[in-house]
Amino acid sequence: MEQTKTLKLVPELSDEKLKELYKQMWLIRYFDEQVDQFFAKGMIHGTTHLAVGQEATAAGACALLSDEDKITSTHRGHGHSIAKGGRVDKMMAELFGRTTGYCKGKGGSMHIADLDKGNLGAMGIVGGGIPLAVGSALTAQMKKLDYVTVCFFGDGASNEGSFHEAVNMASIWDLPVVFFCENNQYGMSGNVSEMTNVEHIADRAAAYGIPGVVVDGNDIIEVINATYEATERARRGEGPTLIEAKTYRWKGHSKSDAKKYRTREEEKDWRDNRDPIKRFKEDLLEAEIATEDELETMKKAAKQEMDDAIEFAQNSPMPSLDELLTDVYA
Amino acid sequence: MREITYLEAVREAMSIEMRKNEDVFLMGEDIGVYGGAFGVSRGMIEEFGPERIRNTPISEAGIAGAAVGSALTGMRPIMELQFSDFITIALDQIVNQAAKLRYMYGGKGKVPMVVRTPSGSGTGAAAQHSQSLEAWVTHIPGLKVVQPSTAYDAKGLLKAAIDDDNPVIFYEHKLLYKTNSEVPEEEYSIPLGEADVKREGTDITIVATAIMVHKALEAAAELEKEGISVEVVDPRTLVPLDTETIIESVAKTGHLVVVHEAVKRGGFGGEIASMIAESEAFDYLDAPIKRLGGVETPIPYNPELEKAAIPQVPDIVNAVKETLTKKAVAK
Repeated sequence: MEQTKTLKLVPELSDEKLKELYKQMWLIRYFDEQVDQFFAKGMIHGTTHLAVGQEATAAGACALLSDEDKITSTHRGHGHSIAKGGRVDKMMAELFGRTTGYCKGKGGSMHIADLDKGNLGAMGIVGGGIPLAVGSALTAQMKKLDYVTVCFFGDGASNEGSFHEAVNMASIWDLPVVFFCENNQYGMSGNVSEMTNVEHIADRAAAYGIPGVVVDGNDIIEVINATYEATERARRGEGPTLIEAKTYRWKGHSKSDAKKYRTREEEKDWRDNRDPIKRFKEDLLEAEIATEDELETMKKAAKQEMDDAIEFAQNSPMPSLDELLTDVYA
Repeated sequence: MREITYLEAVREAMSIEMRKNEDVFLMGEDIGVYGGAFGVSRGMIEEFGPERIRNTPISEAGIAGAAVGSALTGMRPIMELQFSDFITIALDQIVNQAAKLRYMYGGKGKVPMVVRTPSGSGTGAAAQHSQSLEAWVTHIPGLKVVQPSTAYDAKGLLKAAIDDDNPVIFYEHKLLYKTNSEVPEEEYSIPLGEADVKREGTDITIVATAIMVHKALEAAAELEKEGISVEVVDPRTLVPLDTETIIESVAKTGHLVVVHEAVKRGGFGGEIASMIAESEAFDYLDAPIKRLGGVETPIPYNPELEKAAIPQVPDIVNAVKETLTKKAVAK
């Protein structure tokens, strides 16, 4: 007799929450695919870094965080922002440079912050946000607040000095921070195997006396479980954990990237065989948490939210030139 | 009034603020039991404990980043950067994060942190422990830059820096640590952006910073014997800069010599000279503006060479005389 497969979730999550996460993953994908198109059409200027294919890391790592918990994000941060409760209309407005955007049009793609939701902001400097996350965790410890800070960074950033200084400091002080490495295989054009001589970035945790955990970053269940363990440990005052989630960015580094450093076969393999959304859908169906129809409804709701966001962004006003000099100093 | 040293004044300001406000804490290398490389925080760990007098690993970027992150989330960190030369290692956090966050987040969040750091030459510590890099940070919108020259100013300015909701780089001069001045025991604040006329005069204005204020005052005393009346203006903060006081002084005296320890090329003296050239005071100038600064070399080890690398009292005396002579020729 065939048994219904159950999701091997460590924390308890309601079916509703899981379906919401499914919708959120679609929202992240739609957002970045839309941004990609707008760039191609010249409707958005500057540069942008898309996380299509990495939906499970952002959504999974933030799944159990409250608004009091903090994250620090990277230059590839749209997904983190959405996963931490960010509104896609205000995000898209920011990319359009409008006053209604999260940063009043002053930050753009790389600097979306939402302090009310615990998003301490996205950082255009690779590795720059890692010590900042340590500072946020230091505040929690000194003020005896029970929030946790989840620090997103990439495989490339793990070779920056700031990573090593920050992890060491967090470790000696047992700070409530989770270092969450999204190993998407590439730091711009540099493949992780060419740029590091360790099998896993998480192996580096040993050098700082903290746990290092490797998860399949395209399996949201694994990401949720690992982040849950790490945040619980942090809240107990036992210090940081280094999580490495193996994933893949489907798109290039930024809009100028011809992706000459990798093969089309490799890209196809990740897209066709390891799509994190498809995988989660199969899990939800197999575990009978949701039906095809319900999931389709969630997907459509995400699309609708995105369409509304685009309309909001396009109809929002441009900042006045008076805005140039405001906000330099508090 | 009692006299205390510049070093004690810095410590006193920190202690007063830490007693008042639990959010204020000190973090840096060897600041705990050791008391800091120059002894500024000596004894503070006994009063405030290791949580708030937080000894760090040797990790300048990590410390600066932790200061930014803790400031953004509600603390008011003071970080001690052991030597101002080491700012090179922490610059990403100071320039790209601390100075920019509020602006690039569209006015959300604030970064109330102070970077206290010993600057300047004269200790024989050679090229990597003797620089004066303040002009670098004045170039970055979002930062404030302070350079106190006396114990009195150090105490009042440090309070203002700690109270400020922006990142402030607070340069302490190593050779000033042991100098005394009258300092009230009670709390007081000197607003950032308020210059101090350290000596009034009518013939020529010297704008001097940090230790050069003292050398300028010595030069002024010598020049007085020859009947030359020198006004010495100490900006105290480079950002924000009290342009008004400087302009007024130059308009009064008609002559300007700017003197700082940092290398002249690209130094802050150029900024002051340009500011005057663009202002109404330019019309009052009776001679070209003279800039004195460090020579274009790393600071050498040998004491004679080290001394020769930066402006000394006779150089200032000569610069004043030269400027006043040009007036005579011009008229």
